[in-house]
Amino acid sequence: MGRTLAEKVWEQHVVRRADGEPDLLYIDLHLIHEVTSPQAFDGLRMAGRTVRRPDLTIATEDHNVPTVLGPISDPVSRTQVETLRKNAAEFGIRLHPMGDAGQGVVHIIGPQFGLTQPGMTIVCGDSHTSTHGAFGAIAFGIGTSEVEHVLATQTLPAYRPKTMAIEVKGELPVGVTAKDLILAIIAKIGTGGGQGYIVEYRGEAVRKLSMEGRMTVCNMSIEAGARAGMIAPDETTFEYLRGRPHAPTGEAWDRAVEYWKTLRTDDDAEFDKVVEIDASALTPFVTWGTNPGQGAPLGSAVPSPEQFADPVERAAAERALEYMGLAAGTPLRDIQVDTVFVGSCTNGRIEDLRAAAEILRGRKVVTRTLIVPGSMGVKKAAEEEGLHEVFKAAGAEWREAGCSMCLGMNPDTLKPGERSASTSNRNFEGRQGKGGRTHLVSPQVAAATAVTGRLTAPADL
Amino acid sequence: MDAFTTHTGRAVPLRRSNVDTDQIIPAVWLKQVSRTGFEKGLFAAWREDPSFVLNDPAYEGASILVSGPDFGTGSSREHAVWALQQYGFRVVIASRFGDIFRNNSTKMGLLPVVLPEDVVERLQDAAEADPKTEITVDLMERQVRSGDLVASFEIDDYTRWRLMEGLDDIGLTLRHADAIEEYENGRQPWLPTTV
Ligand code: SF4
Repeated sequence: MGRTLAEKVWEQHVVRRADGEPDLLYIDLHLIHEVTSPQAFDGLRMAGRTVRRPDLTIATEDHNVPTVLGPISDPVSRTQVETLRKNAAEFGIRLHPMGDAGQGVVHIIGPQFGLTQPGMTIVCGDSHTSTHGAFGAIAFGIGTSEVEHVLATQTLPAYRPKTMAIEVKGELPVGVTAKDLILAIIAKIGTGGGQGYIVEYRGEAVRKLSMEGRMTVCNMSIEAGARAGMIAPDETTFEYLRGRPHAPTGEAWDRAVEYWKTLRTDDDAEFDKVVEIDASALTPFVTWGTNPGQGAPLGSAVPSPEQFADPVERAAAERALEYMGLAAGTPLRDIQVDTVFVGSCTNGRIEDLRAAAEILRGRKVVTRTLIVPGSMGVKKAAEEEGLHEVFKAAGAEWREAGCSMCLGMNPDTLKPGERSASTSNRNFEGRQGKGGRTHLVSPQVAAATAVTGRLTAPADL
Repeated sequence: MDAFTTHTGRAVPLRRSNVDTDQIIPAVWLKQVSRTGFEKGLFAAWREDPSFVLNDPAYEGASILVSGPDFGTGSSREHAVWALQQYGFRVVIASRFGDIFRNNSTKMGLLPVVLPEDVVERLQDAAEADPKTEITVDLMERQVRSGDLVASFEIDDYTRWRLMEGLDDIGLTLRHADAIEEYENGRQPWLPTTV
């Protein structure tokens, strides 16, 4: 019987297999940031161990960094960043610190440098590592104990997750984006729907997505509970990679492409589970609640908890409406926001900024609007295209690279009771600052919302 | 890691679903570079509400958390496990867990126990009716017992063995250093390095 993409990549990385034990899996690339690594390095030191493959490891500063120029004013954040610098220097790991041209959100810089390639295994102490699956890699988030394990051994013991296919039929209508697609998928299968699975996104609509769009989709796999998300590599993938600093060249490139082309699910392979979704029926999608599964088409209304048959979901909806300060039946388009955030590892790439700029060109924002490039590389590219001028002319704030308002760890936060339309990935209670209320949206909806102050699709303008 | 064989303690009923790791420990607490002191951040936002269950003195000293489904979803922060342990929890019972949280727990010796939702609710009912109710979580027998309730749970042999022995994963893996080296010698030549 044939094999799925996930099975092929997994098998290629098994160092050791024994009955009744998890596989020992080799890790091709380990991404590191300041938040989940300090205790891991401490553990190494305490046990007298070292980093096995600093040459397969790369570090960046992203979660704590302010997105305005200047030093970190919070002493605790500063200590964490300085700790990473010390650890990187001590163990010989390449680091892109604040201000460096290569600095950025950990999941933006891997692909940008061409370090993320098809068929690899990639881990990071960060759940959105699933982003890298867009290249046909197995990429997943790990905790600090596992970070220490990978530093020490370049391997991880793990059971192979089950496989799930998400078949996206038809084409996305004009104006409907990768973000809308993944939000709709999560609403359909639920935040626990992917638990225990590696998801492979398939179908015509997925093939037509750019690499940026594929990364947006894979990024949010974790919000459906999946361990990882993958998309088989194809010409779009190869074109994206060609010429990037760490992509193979010359004969090595040809051999790599030849291998990458084998990285697809065989026609006679079977998935443990198959879910179908019709892309052609989708419209812009936003969340109304406090988990990413609580979403609905922008054209609909805030649901009433009674609509949920399952008592657990009903209770969750009740609680979410209370936290969000929303009444059932309110049209989503009537929801007023205080802040718009465009950025994060979900939607902080150049294509996302272009999409937002296209809508903001010649218009004015009426809310506080933060446009935060996912990396210094993205920032430079955007400025070369003049996008920053468009944002500034519209009255939006053009910032330095970082995680910014995706999570309340740096100065960019919501105040209690404030409401945002955000292109990030989590609408959890307090995620963007204590008491903050988050609606997850695409960059296009974010930009249109900035113009009207209410949740808005570009087509409404 | 402390070994885990069997544990008897009182339980805290947490009647919420999708208790994501941002709720278990909010991001501001993740700035610490040490491994201790996280108990203060456990459910920090919810604990500001005097009616939150952890603020009820009747549950002081309880060591088993019984939660609604999808506990520990979201962020990979292992700080969530540290916060629960440092607060005094040894076991979390729920019908579903976030994968990464579950992994992190077993690395640290916090036992995640999966039970069907109706059994979880019976345990919550019992702990609510009488906060002194004791629950025994027996990893050896893979069983949860409380009063006349006896429920089996599944856990793979390998993880159970590691937890019962309190073994460090890295030490176990380093026994296979030869296999790792051999694998490394056969890696595809075009794979990137960061240097
Ligand atoms: S942008 Fe948000 S989700 Fe992505 S790594 Fe940063 S904090 Fe995590």
